[in-house]
Formats: sequence, C-alpha cells, structure tokens
Amino acid sequence: MFKKDISAGAKSKVKSSAQRAIRSKVLEEYPKLEPYIEDILPKKEQLDLVKLPDRVSLYTLNSTPLFFQHMDDALLPHLTLVHKYPTAFHRLRIDRGAIRFVLSGAALMAPGMTSPGGRLPSKDLSAEDQERYGREDLEAGAVVVIEAEGKETACMVGVLKMGTAEMREKKKGQACEAGHYLGDGLWSMAL
Amino acid sequence: MADTLPVKVTYCGVCTLPPEYCEFGGTTKKCEEWLEKEHPDMHAKLYSQGTPRYPMLLRSSQALSPDTPTEALAQNMSTLSVEAQKRAEKDAAKKATKAATAEKREAETRASSKITIKRIERNKRKYVTAVSGLEAFGLDIKKVSKDFGKKFATGASVTKLPGGGEEITVQGDLSEDIEEFILEKYKDVPEDNIELVEDKKKTKGEKAAANVPAQ
Repeated sequence: MFKKDISAGAKSKVKSSAQRAIRSKVLEEYPKLEPYIEDILPKKEQLDLVKLPDRVSLYTLNSTPLFFQHMDDALLPHLTLVHKYPTAFHRLRIDRGAIRFVLSGAALMAPGMTSPGGRLPSKDLSAEDQERYGREDLEAGAVVVIEAEGKETACMVGVLKMGTAEMREKKKGQACEAGHYLGDGLWSMAL
Repeated sequence: MADTLPVKVTYCGVCTLPPEYCEFGGTTKKCEEWLEKEHPDMHAKLYSQGTPRYPMLLRSSQALSPDTPTEALAQNMSTLSVEAQKRAEKDAAKKATKAATAEKREAETRASSKITIKRIERNKRKYVTAVSGLEAFGLDIKKVSKDFGKKFATGASVTKLPGGGEEITVQGDLSEDIEEFILEKYKDVPEDNIELVEDKKKTKGEKAAANVPAQ
C-alpha cells in the first residue's frame, strides 16, 4: 500500500465523538489492548487525522502515528504501535528467507509461514509458541502482525487473504495483503 | 510479560528500522557503526561472535559450524539453504551499492546546487525577495516559507516559476536576513552555496526599447 514514499496531506483535528468511536472500534478489533487503551488513546487528548494518498487516513496523537485506515476498512495499527504492544495482536511468523521480500514490499506468500521457520496458530506448537502465536485458526480478513524468524520485533502489518487453516492445507498462493511494512512510505514518513 | 508493556524499542539512527533488521536495509555497514557507538550492548548482541541469541536456530547451524567463531548474523543465515543464502547475499550487495550511489549522487547535487536569493525591485523603494533552489538541500519549500513568514513577520508565499519549479517570495528587502536565517536554521547548507542577486525592474525606457524589435 505504501511502496512509494508518501507525503502527508491535510492534518485536521478529530471530533471528540469520532474519537470515541475510534476508541471503541479499536477495542472491538483488538480486545487485548484494553489495559493500555488509556496510554494509547487517552480520553482527554486531541487526536489528529492525517490524510494520505489513496484515501488512506492516519490517526496520530501528538505526531506519533497510531492507526491507519483505508476508506472504511479495518483500523490497522502502525508498526511503532505494534512494537510497543506486541502481545495485543494476532501474530504469525515468517521464515528468514521471506524477510527480505517482505521488506521490499512483496505480498506475503503462504510458504513463508508453512515452512519450518514460520509459525501459524495451531495446537501442535510448543507451549511457548502457543502462547505467542495462539491456538485458534484465523479467518481470512483478520488483521495480523507478521513477525520474523530470529527477530523480536514485527516487520509487517496486514490483512489475511486466506484463512490459516487453508494456508496450511494448500501451502501456496498469496496469504496476506501487503499492508504496512518496515521501511515503507508510511514508516519513513515524517510528520 | 503483560506488565512490561509498552515495550521500548530502539530504532537505528541510520536506516530507522529496528537494529535487528538493519541487515536488510542496504546500509548495514553504517548501521553497525552507529549501533556500536550508541548502544554497545545491543551491538554486542547482534553483531558479535559467541553465543547466538536464538537457541532454536542452533538445530541446523550446529551441523554447519559447531565451534567456528561465527557472527550472530551468520548464525541466522545458516538456517537457509546454501543457494538461498547466495541469492540473499547478492541481493544485499546490490542494495548496498545502490544505496551508496544514491547517497553519492545526493552529496554531489548538494555540492553543486546553489540557493539564490534575489532582491527584486517592485516599485521604487519597495522590494520583494525571491528564494529559489532550496529543494536541492532536502528542504520542504512550503514549510520553509511558513518559517520565513513567521520569522520576518511578512507575507511569504510559494510561487511557481514559469520554467518549472517553485520559489519562495518574501515581501520586503530581506536578502541578507534570509541568508543569515538559512545558515543558522539549516545547518547542512554551506555558506558558499548561497548567492545574493539583485534584479532591477526594467525602467519604462528600457521596456519600450525591448519591445521595439518585437513589433
């Protein structure tokens, strides 16, 4: 989505009612953020809406980016936010070989996650991995954070194009819509 | 784990990625130097020899090199097949050279480009000052024009030039003040690259003379 460098468009203040709506939407989408929501979206603070090209809007708080949204799609967290609260999101892991493709903006393919280095939520994982990557299969359309083998921080945020069960079965095809990855236009955009 | 949130993540000062991803950024060398200077402990973890950070990776790397002093980076790499490793290496090298040339080119344009501050006579004793060439130094013209307006308390606008490009027009005769201001505020502009020019509006007589041959 942000393969090219982008420049921020108009910045406007968000109405407090809209702010409340965003807050509830965030909580609905990411229930695990509940304990920290006061830190992320404080009730009293003024959120800003920054318009980006291609009808993407970015919500920022004091010029730290928080969430972005394409038209009325799901609110996706900015990677800086993911790095701060990694446990609050559905996570998948890709193997090492796939990292460089992801970081150059390619769509995420299923083999990157079904190979030994990758992780999908499953009951067969070790206890530690189950804790990290979950047990329940995810449906297509879920918002996921992609981590990488051997790395601690996430490298991409995207929307699943294929359920994780299907992925494991087919081991082929595009798994995830390329959303926002490390070093892309959104990442390097100066606010 | 839950009570340690939010996690404080360090970002590389060179490529802005988290340091563990620097190896994919194309400026690995510089990133490493930066990390060594700023966060020696992290540098030791990521680039040093010795115990790998990720024991789970050991499975496959043990077979390759159990006790040769491999770097943590190399440890990571060894989970890939040899062919994939080669490809990744080639890719990384390509990226690095690309980044290097891009940087070089930028430095070159920076050295050769000039900021022109032009004093234009608008009406006897009234002047406007036009500043052009700022974009070569990575400055955002719109923002700079706003700054000028604020600093000098005059109108400052971005105007399109007929030959393409944009310049900032500031009301009033401010050429020297602007030069000073630029040097002070934007440190990476060398003084020699700023040029002051005076542009007098053609007087009526000259204009008429210029128009005659055209008719």
